[in-house]
Amino acid sequence: MTAFLKLLFRNRLAAMGAVVIASILVLAILTPLLPLPEPNVTNTADRFQRPFTEGHLLGTDHLGRDLLSRLLWGTRLSLAVGIAAAFVAATIGSAIGIIAGYYGGRTDNLIMRGVDMLMAFPYILLALAIVAALGPGLLNALIAVAAVNIPFFARNIRGITVSLAGREFVDAARLAGKGHASIILTEVLPNVLPVIVIAMSTTVGWMILETAGLSFLGLGSQPPQADLGSMLGEARAALITAPHTSVVPGIMIFLIVMSVNLLGDGVRDALDPRLKSGALSRPRAITQVDRTSPAPATPQKGVLDLQELETQFHVGPRVYRAVGGVSLHVEPGECLGVIGESGSGKSVTALSVMGLVASPPGVITGGAVKFGGEDLLGASYESLRRKRGDKVAYIFQDPLATLHPLYKVGDQMIEAIQSHHKVSKSKARARALELFEAVRIPNPTSRLDNYPHEMSGGMRQRVGIAMAMVNDPEVIIADEPTTALDVTVQAQILALLDDLRRERGLAIVFITHDFGVVAQLCDRIAVMYAGRIVEEGPTAAVLDAPAHPYTARLIACVPELGGGRRRLEAIPGLPPVVDNLPEGCAFAPRCAKATPDCQRGEIALEGAGARAVRCIHPEEAVA
Amino acid sequence: MGAYIVKRLISAIPVLFGITVIVFLIMAMIPGDPATAILGSYATPENVEKLNRDLGLDKPMVQRYFIWLGNMLTGDFGRSFSLNRPVLDEILERFSATLILAGVSFVLCSLLGILAGVVSAARQYGFADKAITFTVLIGISVPSFFLGMMMILLFAVKLRWLPVSGMYAIYGGGDLPDLIYHLIMPALALAAVATGVVARLSRSAMLEVLRQDYIRTARAKGVPEGRVIYGHALRAAMVSIIPVLGIQAGFVLSGAVYIEMVFQWPGIGRMLVDAILKRDILLVQGGVVFVAGCYVLFNIAVDVAQGLLDPRIKT
Amino acid sequence: MSDLALKVTDLSKTFPLAKPLFRAAPPGVRAVRPMSFDVPKGETLGIVGESGCGKSTLARMLVGLLTPTTGHIQIAGAKPDLGDPAAFGKLIQYVFQDPISSLNPRKTIRQIMEAPLRQLYGMARAERDTRIAQIFDSVNLREEFLDRYPHEFSGGQAQRIGIARALAAAPEIIVLDEPVSALDVSVQAQVLNLLADLRREFGLTYLFISHDLAVVEAVSDRVVVLYFGAVVEIGRAETIFNAPKHPYTKLLADSAPVVGRPLTAPEQKGTELPDPLNPPPGCAFAGRCPRATDICRRDDPALTLMGDDQFAACHHPIED
Repeated sequence: MTAFLKLLFRNRLAAMGAVVIASILVLAILTPLLPLPEPNVTNTADRFQRPFTEGHLLGTDHLGRDLLSRLLWGTRLSLAVGIAAAFVAATIGSAIGIIAGYYGGRTDNLIMRGVDMLMAFPYILLALAIVAALGPGLLNALIAVAAVNIPFFARNIRGITVSLAGREFVDAARLAGKGHASIILTEVLPNVLPVIVIAMSTTVGWMILETAGLSFLGLGSQPPQADLGSMLGEARAALITAPHTSVVPGIMIFLIVMSVNLLGDGVRDALDPRLKSGALSRPRAITQVDRTSPAPATPQKGVLDLQELETQFHVGPRVYRAVGGVSLHVEPGECLGVIGESGSGKSVTALSVMGLVASPPGVITGGAVKFGGEDLLGASYESLRRKRGDKVAYIFQDPLATLHPLYKVGDQMIEAIQSHHKVSKSKARARALELFEAVRIPNPTSRLDNYPHEMSGGMRQRVGIAMAMVNDPEVIIADEPTTALDVTVQAQILALLDDLRRERGLAIVFITHDFGVVAQLCDRIAVMYAGRIVEEGPTAAVLDAPAHPYTARLIACVPELGGGRRRLEAIPGLPPVVDNLPEGCAFAPRCAKATPDCQRGEIALEGAGARAVRCIHPEEAVA
Repeated sequence: MGAYIVKRLISAIPVLFGITVIVFLIMAMIPGDPATAILGSYATPENVEKLNRDLGLDKPMVQRYFIWLGNMLTGDFGRSFSLNRPVLDEILERFSATLILAGVSFVLCSLLGILAGVVSAARQYGFADKAITFTVLIGISVPSFFLGMMMILLFAVKLRWLPVSGMYAIYGGGDLPDLIYHLIMPALALAAVATGVVARLSRSAMLEVLRQDYIRTARAKGVPEGRVIYGHALRAAMVSIIPVLGIQAGFVLSGAVYIEMVFQWPGIGRMLVDAILKRDILLVQGGVVFVAGCYVLFNIAVDVAQGLLDPRIKT
Repeated sequence: MSDLALKVTDLSKTFPLAKPLFRAAPPGVRAVRPMSFDVPKGETLGIVGESGCGKSTLARMLVGLLTPTTGHIQIAGAKPDLGDPAAFGKLIQYVFQDPISSLNPRKTIRQIMEAPLRQLYGMARAERDTRIAQIFDSVNLREEFLDRYPHEFSGGQAQRIGIARALAAAPEIIVLDEPVSALDVSVQAQVLNLLADLRREFGLTYLFISHDLAVVEAVSDRVVVLYFGAVVEIGRAETIFNAPKHPYTKLLADSAPVVGRPLTAPEQKGTELPDPLNPPPGCAFAGRCPRATDICRRDDPALTLMGDDQFAACHHPIED
């Protein structure tokens, strides 16, 4: 709770809103105790007094009543009615929504049909109809406003409940013997509550406005009693001759609604976990580069050369060193495997090459990426864009999420061509067709006109590969391209990639966590742990005789088919979080061979020939 | 696509049916002797008897409902006693005025709102974003009726640029320029809130879309950033913006009631408020059913637009 | 019969489709075709198959979260009320694939652990505390974790908590639905070894569902291979992938990437599953099968004994 308040008031606008609405609330509560003239006592002799006249700070209205007094009493009434309406609507609406969402099926269908009916009305028509039936009056206006808002809550909360009811912890609770009522109250409700609070805090201002509106139309509070809306309604006749009688209540409504909205937005931002992590920041077109040291001047090796690359994520005060000085290069026609567990920094390394790390929070803080003799990290956006997809292309993991759902796959292929080459659409389409054939998509001509959701996962990944190949790039960076696929499909995709690389002399950087895959596809591998390369070398050499204890133990962990039933090797402990890396070897706390000097000072990646290892007690001597 | 439209139209039938049931049930809530309650204590016995006959109040409720529904289907919405003319004639006349006002406001709020939201998202945390966010915040917090009154004070009374109220000038008006001249203030006042809502939603929809993997794919294949934002991202964001436009149309129609009061616009909202205050139940019933029916049809158009945009929806 | 932990007879699940407005209702999607199998006490039965093969539907029926369309389930001689998870709770428990999502984010680990003890056994506070301490000890979790919330744990720890919760119900059988596929390899092995220890310690019976052949082989006594909602082969873990009888099992085994085996695509055409809305007659695998003949496209083969203890549903099984 204190964390929530801290978060809330860090947002300055929300804090401002809170202060304003709190002072208005205090004033409204204290109104009966203040030395004010009676709000409903008329004195026609004193009508339309201007503000700041003697005895009437805000002047008087058309019946000579004191405006300040009426304003405060009206505010009191408007707030009470608006907040009451919000509570009624939220309670009933949420209850309906939770029941519909949790039970699903026919119950859901029936309830939601009813809600749809109510939502088929422009909301004021329903409110007007209710007031027409019940007769004008403030209580009836409250009922009307609450009633028209129930469907909004019901639908909103139902959506959340449906997704919660499908979550595994609800199944787990059922298996633990809990009944439906108990699950709704103790499992679902605590998770829905923040959403209800958000929905309420963002609609209460709206409901205050609505009740004021009905009163403004003369359908809410009846004279002589006045809320802010009816004050405004009564003042309308004298708008031109005595504008202050309109301005005073109007500004009060505005202040209330504005401060409630500001506070409500603050509450939403503070309660919505997605916003907490800053995830709703728009990633820039290119990763921010902020190198603390000059780029290495080492000449380029191979076709693509990463030199001492460092990429960090800056989240609030924390700095995650996702990539901590990685050097890699790939030769033409070579397949380089980068292998590591989740959080090892392998994907971030891959995305850093073409500036595709989401930024914020990503920042490239050091090193160089050399391609064609140029340092890509220092390149302008336009120069980098020209190379993206044309010289260096990517294949991503989940082909459903990575293809645009609303464009036909053929059009996405054509766009990839036309972003780099001035060719006619028909020529580009012919080229796309050629590639579809090359990646062995059956019925390629008709497949061009499919949307991604009309294809299977394997087909979509073939499209992803075709799209990467379409401009004949020199390097392809494949980021876990087969992880989301079934084994039989994976085998086909890997075979395809291997054929294409041999036919076309492509250089491939292949990111994966799977030793079986690297062993089959890659010529050379680099093993990453906690943002650094711990070992590299020719695939067969590393797999047969791993030098780093981490590599050795990781390989031992992987069960291999054909070994029968057995106990598996495990590595104790967990990979470190990269915001607070220990000195020395990051693997030392989990390593059986670790000695005190493993956790002291920098340990270099050293070796002879193609092999290198970052360890002072290697399993195999590589030098 | 044709099949989809037909399907949506068929699915509207139960909704329209439900609307009439809801309206009928609400009107059945009127306590006491309805005819006297409606006509008030000044009613003559003839009037009460006539109303009882018009409403068919001597018959059971279900039967009454079907008679009312049957009459409406043949275009007979009954006769308004306060105006002494057929309800449908009055509705059609008033609704066309509302349609002009609300239609223009709707187009304004959609275009301005989406534009503001997209610019705001594309320049997140920049000056344009802050300026737009602040304006939008004021826009959604100010009551439209108060905004309208303040506009009258400024543009009509003080600056004398625009007419205070009405749809046409009383003398010598009636042509299109005159209508536009009268329309500017009410249309803007009505569009203000909805523009704010659309802008906020468009901004967050764009921000949500911009961090999707397929945007990264578009960038990875070298698509120019302008096309990434105004092509790929906006198109995907429209999938969540369009349904909100449908809801906003309802809000614009609702807000029109206030604006019509403030600007003396001869629309259906003012008619309804007057009818409620005069307890002219047939006019209220007819007006509510008519407008709600039009809104349902409009929302089908929104759904169809959504189906055209998003190939995953059809079937 | 008493040595059988689980007996499944003719179990199937058909998901009905929405009825179109003017036509008759379509036949529905047969996610699991009628299948029967037994699991002796103390055995680990592996269930493998690719996405869409019906393995999760099967698992959810076995624990009562889904009501079967046809068939019976008998657990340790008892027939629980189908479709009532609470009746299943003491007999069979479930460990979910996504360890974090299976823990309610707004409850402490203690509250999560207490639910089965209180609901299924009506234990009092003190008794619950002792029991939780015992269980936490056996899954190597520290008791100080009990007052934390799920988001404070890594995937591997969360999965141990999920296992601890399943153990708390003291079931005969635990269904493990892809319990390690969300985990990194180094952590995966920790969890698999823990499971093996627990089985020995508590005499548990496991149904281990996974798409990873190597993992299934390493932990199972026997393995069931599913394809398109049906059992295509059952056999001993040591032999089923080394000497498969069904061509689909062979395809699976050949597709798994293995260090030291050169890269070859085991098949080039027809990679798609049959359309579940319009399944072809005969063997569902016929369209992808190199050995398929006319009879395969006409008659659905029955599961038959081949060799000593291997069953396969194939008209043209692979001979040794």
